[in-house]
Amino acid sequence: MKIVVLVKYVPEPTATWKFAPDLTVDRAGVEGRLSELDEYAVEQATRLAESGAADEVVFLTVGPAKATEGLRKALAIGGTSAVHVVDDAIHGSCALGTSLVLAKALEKIGYDLVLTGMASTDAELSVVPSMVADRLGANQATFAGELSVDGSTVSIRRDTDVASERVSVSLPAVVSVTDQTGEARYPAFKAIMGAKKKPIQTMSLADLGVDAAQVGWSGASSKVVDVSPTPARTAGTIVNDDGTGAAQLADFLAGRGFI
Amino acid sequence: MSEVPRSAETTAAGVRKPTLELLTAARALGEPAAVVFGDASDQVVAQLAEYGATKVYAVGSPDMQAFLSLPKAEAVVQIAQASNPVAILVTSGPEGKDVAARVAVRLNAGIIPDATKVSVDGGTVSAVQTVFAGRFQATSQVLRAPAVVTMRPNATSAEAAPASASASSRSMWPSATQPGCQGRLPRAQGLQRGPNSPMPRWSSPGAVASARKMASASSRKTADALGAAVGASRTVTDQHWAPHELQVGQTGKTVALVYLAAGISGAIQHRAGMQSSKTIVVVNKDAKAPLFQIADFGVVGDLHAVLPASSTRSPGAGADRPDALTPPEH
Repeated sequence: MKIVVLVKYVPEPTATWKFAPDLTVDRAGVEGRLSELDEYAVEQATRLAESGAADEVVFLTVGPAKATEGLRKALAIGGTSAVHVVDDAIHGSCALGTSLVLAKALEKIGYDLVLTGMASTDAELSVVPSMVADRLGANQATFAGELSVDGSTVSIRRDTDVASERVSVSLPAVVSVTDQTGEARYPAFKAIMGAKKKPIQTMSLADLGVDAAQVGWSGASSKVVDVSPTPARTAGTIVNDDGTGAAQLADFLAGRGFI
Repeated sequence: MSEVPRSAETTAAGVRKPTLELLTAARALGEPAAVVFGDASDQVVAQLAEYGATKVYAVGSPDMQAFLSLPKAEAVVQIAQASNPVAILVTSGPEGKDVAARVAVRLNAGIIPDATKVSVDGGTVSAVQTVFAGRFQATSQVLRAPAVVTMRPNATSAEAAPASASASSRSMWPSATQPGCQGRLPRAQGLQRGPNSPMPRWSSPGAVASARKMASASSRKTADALGAAVGASRTVTDQHWAPHELQVGQTGKTVALVYLAAGISGAIQHRAGMQSSKTIVVVNKDAKAPLFQIADFGVVGDLHAVLPASSTRSPGAGADRPDALTPPEH
């Protein structure tokens, strides 16, 4: 089984994030890292390789030149090789454009199972996995909290608002995983050094046969027209519990109609 | 006609609250139509009409509820192609995201996930999203119609339409599981659903979250008294003191009408999950806990003393206020 893991290089969550003048995320001026949510997918792929279920694990990213750092991190955790789709024309792509590039790259690389995080930690859209599945005509199982592969069947558990679902689909399939699947291992120094020797292939839109007009600004189906800081919530009434705290809390809740 | 189909989630007991919120939001965009997967009973149609649906598309058999996203997406695409709506609204959630993503690909339409507000100006739909772990509000315009928007539950409140459209028409839409689409369905070989109980009903408008094992029991009692859902911080779920499904945070659950944080200091990821809640109440012994800075009401004190005492003040509260804090039907 060949696994391709979709990973994203995102701004460091603890850094001060900024928007570029074109209202895209300023990725050049801020420290980046492999999206924490994709690390869970990298870990799952590595475990499947260790158990013998997978014989090849490839990491795929779409992003600027710096995104190579994210691939190196993934390769330190596991995997055999990586593919980096980098093209200036991709800048400004919406989820539709990004999913098109990923789907074309996946067709080129070949796959049995596509793994990815449930969302990126920057855009947090959670729609790209389903879009990729739709474009590939592959089976889909998203938001997996548990994942197992048996022969050519992948089974997951996912929790929706109203039910806990167990879903089994046959390969080829696209599966997104949540942080419930288990923390990624911390790579040892030797693995970090070893990752530098693993091959990273670079591809352009032309290599994938994607028309630049379908992606980036020209292909965008939506555009951000305004960003503003969330108005700071100001502290309301804070009381010290001198024995009447509970009563005051109940009064507050009653005053708002909650009880 | 600016028809706005949106997908309605129903249960045996009626229409779920997030669906009524969608209808409320849709009324600002145009004339709402509702898409019901499965059985659109008279009761369901009447309830959808009360919240403004002028048309109800009933799709497929009752089995529809048992399928994954694909047949639902296919049906919404067909309805959209036939009715040319200005927007398609879906509730955010695992299934809503899957359906919306596929619909957007098939219609090559702009998608805005996790919107908290949606509006239309001169035929162009805009929506507001909370981004960067809650730190920014981004307004996006959809450049290719129809706008596919997933709405966060509890971001808007459900309000019945001023003039109830009692004349809502119901039309059966051929099930997308009929021949013609067979080759691409149903994909899932096995789908078992079990109730989440005693897991939270996250469409319930309240949440009581706690950070420690001992606090969980007090929180559960308070939540019961409020008719709210129980949440937990990552510490609690990582230690298996509470199921992972209860985790509140960037990768967990989010907005509530009232959010009561018991003994939670407020890591950035936790704040990302809950800070859009309409009302925030904090109980913590540590007066320096960062969550106090965003609390509408805070009590500096021992949650084990404060919570039980406050919940005994309201035995069975909420029962007579269906719009306030009664958990919705499962």
